[in-house]
Parts: sequence; C-alpha cells; structure tokens
Amino acid sequence: MRHIISILMENEAGALSRVAGLFSARGYNIESLTVSPTEDPTLSRMTLVTWGNEEIIEQITKQLNKLIEVVKLNDLSDGKHIEREMMMIKLKAVGDQREEVKRLVDIFRGKIIDVSESSYVVEMTGATSKLDAFVETVAKELIVEVVRTGPSAIARGVSGLRL
Amino acid sequence: MELNGGEIIVECLKKEGVEHVFGYPGGAVLHIYDAIFNQDDIKHILVRHEQGATHAADGYARTTGKPGVVLVTSGPGATNAVTGIATAYMDSIPMIVITGQVPSPVIGSDAFQEVDTVGITRPCVKHNFLVKDVNDLAETFKKAFYIATTGRPGPVVIDVPKDITAPWVKVPFKYPTKIKMRSYNPTTKGHVGQIKRAVKMMLAAKRPVFYTGGGVVLDNAASELTKLVQRLDFPITQTLMGLGGYPATEKHFLGMLGMHGTYEANMAMHGADVLIAVGARFDDRITGNVERFCPDAKIIHIDIDPSSISKNVRVDIPIVGSVKSVLQSMNDVLAEIEVKNKPEPLDEWWADIERWRARECLKYSKKGKMVMPQAAIESLYKVTNGEAIVCSDVGQHQMFVAQFYKFDRPNRWANSGGLGTMGFGLPAAMGAQIANPDDEVVLVTGDASIQMCIQELSTCLQYNLPLKIVLLNNGYMGMVRQWQEFFYEKRYSESIVEAQPDFVKLVESYGHVGMTVNSPAELDKTMEKAFAMKDRLVLINVLIDPESNVYPMIEAGKGHNEMYMPPESELV
Repeated sequence: MRHIISILMENEAGALSRVAGLFSARGYNIESLTVSPTEDPTLSRMTLVTWGNEEIIEQITKQLNKLIEVVKLNDLSDGKHIEREMMMIKLKAVGDQREEVKRLVDIFRGKIIDVSESSYVVEMTGATSKLDAFVETVAKELIVEVVRTGPSAIARGVSGLRL
Repeated sequence: MELNGGEIIVECLKKEGVEHVFGYPGGAVLHIYDAIFNQDDIKHILVRHEQGATHAADGYARTTGKPGVVLVTSGPGATNAVTGIATAYMDSIPMIVITGQVPSPVIGSDAFQEVDTVGITRPCVKHNFLVKDVNDLAETFKKAFYIATTGRPGPVVIDVPKDITAPWVKVPFKYPTKIKMRSYNPTTKGHVGQIKRAVKMMLAAKRPVFYTGGGVVLDNAASELTKLVQRLDFPITQTLMGLGGYPATEKHFLGMLGMHGTYEANMAMHGADVLIAVGARFDDRITGNVERFCPDAKIIHIDIDPSSISKNVRVDIPIVGSVKSVLQSMNDVLAEIEVKNKPEPLDEWWADIERWRARECLKYSKKGKMVMPQAAIESLYKVTNGEAIVCSDVGQHQMFVAQFYKFDRPNRWANSGGLGTMGFGLPAAMGAQIANPDDEVVLVTGDASIQMCIQELSTCLQYNLPLKIVLLNNGYMGMVRQWQEFFYEKRYSESIVEAQPDFVKLVESYGHVGMTVNSPAELDKTMEKAFAMKDRLVLINVLIDPESNVYPMIEAGKGHNEMYMPPESELV
C-alpha cells in the first residue's frame, strides 16, 4: 500500500542523504521525496512517498525514527489528510492545438504561465492522481518536458506535526 | 581557559574518562598528535594498521563496557578503519572514532588524502559528525559519547578538518556537563502493562525457553537475568554474542543456539510454547528458516531498539526498554505474584530437555593421531580454569570456542558476531589486554584469520602484551572448506592456504615465543608450558585434524529440528 510519511528533522547538512541512504541500504521503495525548511530554520520538513506491506512500513518508520537527526514523524496515511503536488509541464502548441490545449488546461484548472510562438508552460496543482490524469489526457507528442515536485501532504484538522 | 582544537579534543577525552586511545598518525591529525605529545593523562597505543586500531578499541569496549576510542588520519586512515567501524556497528559496540580531514577550505577539491569520510561511514555508524567550527568541538564530543553509549550502543565518527585543530586558533573551552537532544531520547524503562502481561504469559508456560543475546552483556544485566532464570526454573540458550550473560556451567544453560548451536538448545527452541527473547535480534544465523522458527511459541521480546522488534520475526509481546531495567521489573513483579501462588514445576519439559542433552551433540573422536580442534579448546579451558578473557577470529575455531569454552561471566568473550570479520581477533585481544592488564587474555584463531591483521604482533611487543595465541592450524579456511565439503561436493575452491609461513619463526621474529603442538600427547603439556610464561606473548601453533567439522549444523534456510549431527563413524 502507498504511504505518505511526513518527517520533521534537524536542518543539517547530510540529513537528507541519511534518509536517502537508509532507503537504498535496506531496499525500501521510494517514490518521491520533498524537503524544505520550515518556519523554524533549524527544522526541515520532509514528505516521503513509499509503498510496502504493513511490516515493511512499520520497519521504515522505526528505522527513520532511529536516525539521530529525525525529530518526529507521522504516517499521514493513518488518518485523513490533504495531498498536493505541483507540476510544470511544457507543451508544444501550434495552430489549432493552441486552443485545444488551453481548453484542456482550463478543465483541469491549470494556469498557462509561459507562452511562446510554439509552446505553453502549464502550472498545475493537485493530488498526484489529478496530475497523472492530465499527463495521460494530453497527446503524448505534445509533451516537451514534465517537472513535478512530488507530493507534499498535511493532516486535516487542528492537530499538526510540530515540536 | 583558551585552548586550540587539538588541546580541546584531548581535554574532551579526559572529561569522558578516556585512558587509552588507539591510533596511527598522519598529515591531517598532526595537530592532535602534538596535543597528545604534550600531556600524560591519556595513553596513546600506536597500532600498525588503522583496522587494528578499531578492532583494538572494540576489544577494549567489549571487555570493559566502556567506549573504545580511535584516532586516525584522513583518506586511507579513515578507509582502513571502516572494517572495524562496521564490525562494531553490527555488534552494537560503543566506540568513538576521530578521523582527520583535509582543511575545510579544500574539502571537495580532491585534495591529498581526501575522502568523504562522513559519506563512506554513514551506513555503518550510529551517527557521524563533520566538525565545521572549532567552537563546536566540545559539544560535538559530548554528543558523540552520549550517542555511542546510550540506547542501543554503537560507533560514532567525528571527522575533524585540519584547520579546526590549528594550534594558532584558540577558543574558550568549557565541556558541557549535560546534553539534551530533541531528536534523540532512547527509551529506558519498559512499559509496565506489557511487563505484567509478559510475566503472566511466562508463568502459564509449559515449555518455556529464554533466548538471550548481546544486549544482556552490553546492558550489564547478567545478574538480573540469572536471578530471573533461576527463580522461574526455565531453560536458557544464548546467541554467540550473548555468551557469558548467564553462567555456562549452570544447569539451566543449554548452550548456544542457531546454526552451530547444541541439539538441546535448538530442539528446545523448536518445541517451546513461550519464547522469551532478551537483547537479541533474531539474526538469520539464529532463526534459520523464519517460516519454521519456533512454530508453537508465543514470543516475548525485550529490546532497547524498537526497530529490532518484529523485524525478522513477528512477536506477541514487545517490550521496548533497557534489558537491565525490564528484567529487574520482571523480578519485582514475580516476587509479588509468587507470594500468592508458586509457579508449577516444569518436570515434563525438563525431561524432554534431558533426553536431548543425552545425545551429547558435541561429542567428538579422541582416538585419531591428530589433535582435534575441540580438544585444543578443552585443554585451553582447563589450563585457564575457565577464567581467561577469550577473543577469536572468524570461522570454525570461533564456533569451537563458543561450544567448548564455558563462559560464566559477561565481558570475557570478544568476537565479531554480526559482520564476521576475519582479522578481528589479534587486535581485539590487544585491546582487551590493555584494558585488563591483570587478566589472562587469550586469542583463539586460525591460520587464515590471523594473517589478516598479523602486523599487530609488533604492537604487542611494543606494549609488552603477554597474550596467549592458540592457533588452530589446519591449512584451510576451515569454515569455507566445511561448506564446500557439504554443499559443493568437496570442491575446495581456493580454501586451501598454500605457502604458509612458519608461524613459530614468524612470532619469534616479532620478538615473541612460539611453540608447536604436533600430536594429542603434546597438547596439555605445551599449553601448560606456554601459560606458565606469564610475561611473554606465546603463540601455540596447534596442528589440528585438517578436515574436522563443526557439528551440529543447521543448513541456511532449514528449521531448528533439521540439524546435521556428527556422523557416527567419526565418533568411534
């Protein structure tokens, strides 16, 4: 099963490679990993998407907790949460296609943020599945490049992952 | 007090009560060595290879419970130390490794003797640090010692760029008295409810067995364990790392379990209805096939490391906490309950165990012309009254010590259990002797293993370390040959050590004493002669039966009830 694990860790050089190294050393799957500082500059927030059965996920959370620089973590998949990912996708747009692509972008509530004679750059935010759907819907030959952030996620309600 | 970086490092070590540092100088650590030169409190032991420094510090730690300390230079100094760091990591041995690094401004420029030490050691340390400011040194050391020695212990590397220790940069020095880390708070006390549930399950057991590991030794919990086992009248078996955590000569002890464990220990595991795992990690050499592991048992697992629990085998009652404190709590809970009703005797279970014991699975032939390796260990046990500190390398000889040297106390046995590092033994014995100058320290090794760190014989001379080395010489990598005999139809691919040195002359050239045992008749006499030389290192080159095997044996992937036993023909 797919799990989103949210991690608060010391904002120190090497902290990211400890997490990445742990996953490769122990053969765990890693689908995406995002990391950036928080309102407290000494802390980084990492969102990690992985998959595995219950035992594997239990080991992953235990092994992450064991890393000295990990302060706290939460498997968001255990409860209700919101997940968002941002994508920038560059599409060929010439002739009739310019209108058609724009319509599709509107349907998916994306924004065109760069226009050239023969291309658009589209910005789109949503759940991973929505972005997947857009990529699948657009004709393959129109795609120049796809840049995705990987999901970040937050729990619903008042409680939060904080010190 | 204003000090430079080198002096700060020395002061930090003093504050941590460090008496010995094992190391080897080089460019990046010259400032630190200068600070060592200018003081007398910390004794530096100069090894001959950085791997030797880490194993020596490891042997020091295993036989004292105190962290071992290593100092090596950047680049090759650090990479040579990696095997020893990984060895300590696998067996959860507390160790501080100070590595020099090229000066901060040239890090990343492929400078002379530069290597990414923090990157290379990351997967085999409990934690590591790169010091970026001389003002951070003291706190980094405090953290390093705290991390290495608390929770599940392990090695911590501190990488120190040369400019950090520059003699001309002096900063105020104050060693923190306390340290608190928001990201590291090891659990110590076990959950009271879980402990009570576990005790209840133990009292209801009909066929219980204790399975204990290195955690008992590391947490100094032997007396709590002994009390608990004897009060419950339960059988106990131990892992390779756990030996000494319970007196091996006591009747509840079944011997070691696992791949080369005793028949009675493995059969008890297979037949158990309640298994109490204490400070052990269900390693594959213990469990064999996990599908067939303890098929009828409910499992209680006590461990300080939550990630050890349910990693390889699902357990029924997990208890995260320090082994010592949990066992103590169990004793306390039991004391209360016992007033009300005494546990039922386990006569039937013990009758089964006695029947398994009667198979005498460790029996071996004593009639051949060659010395049997088992006989050599029995002779060693006799001549040392079972009281020596014994270190070993890796292979058949290691298993023979585990089977035949009955350790009654913890911290008397040092071997590389998890990583299985050949070359560990000699430097580890060196460290053990430095830590325990009044004890008899013995190295049991093989002709292949000892050659992997043999240069340390020179260190032994320099510091007058009167080790006794029992070299079980069969001209093979014995354990490799055994596997090739069993599983590769005796195709002894590259396991024969041709062109052996003359070990007696070799130790003599290093300034020590060498003796050879050619036949069973010479064994005891030579051992006595060697051990009578109290102030000399003596190597006893025992020419053993070259094709003897370690029995019993569970093939990888098999169950505990599927042991190879010694063939009857070999027992005649």
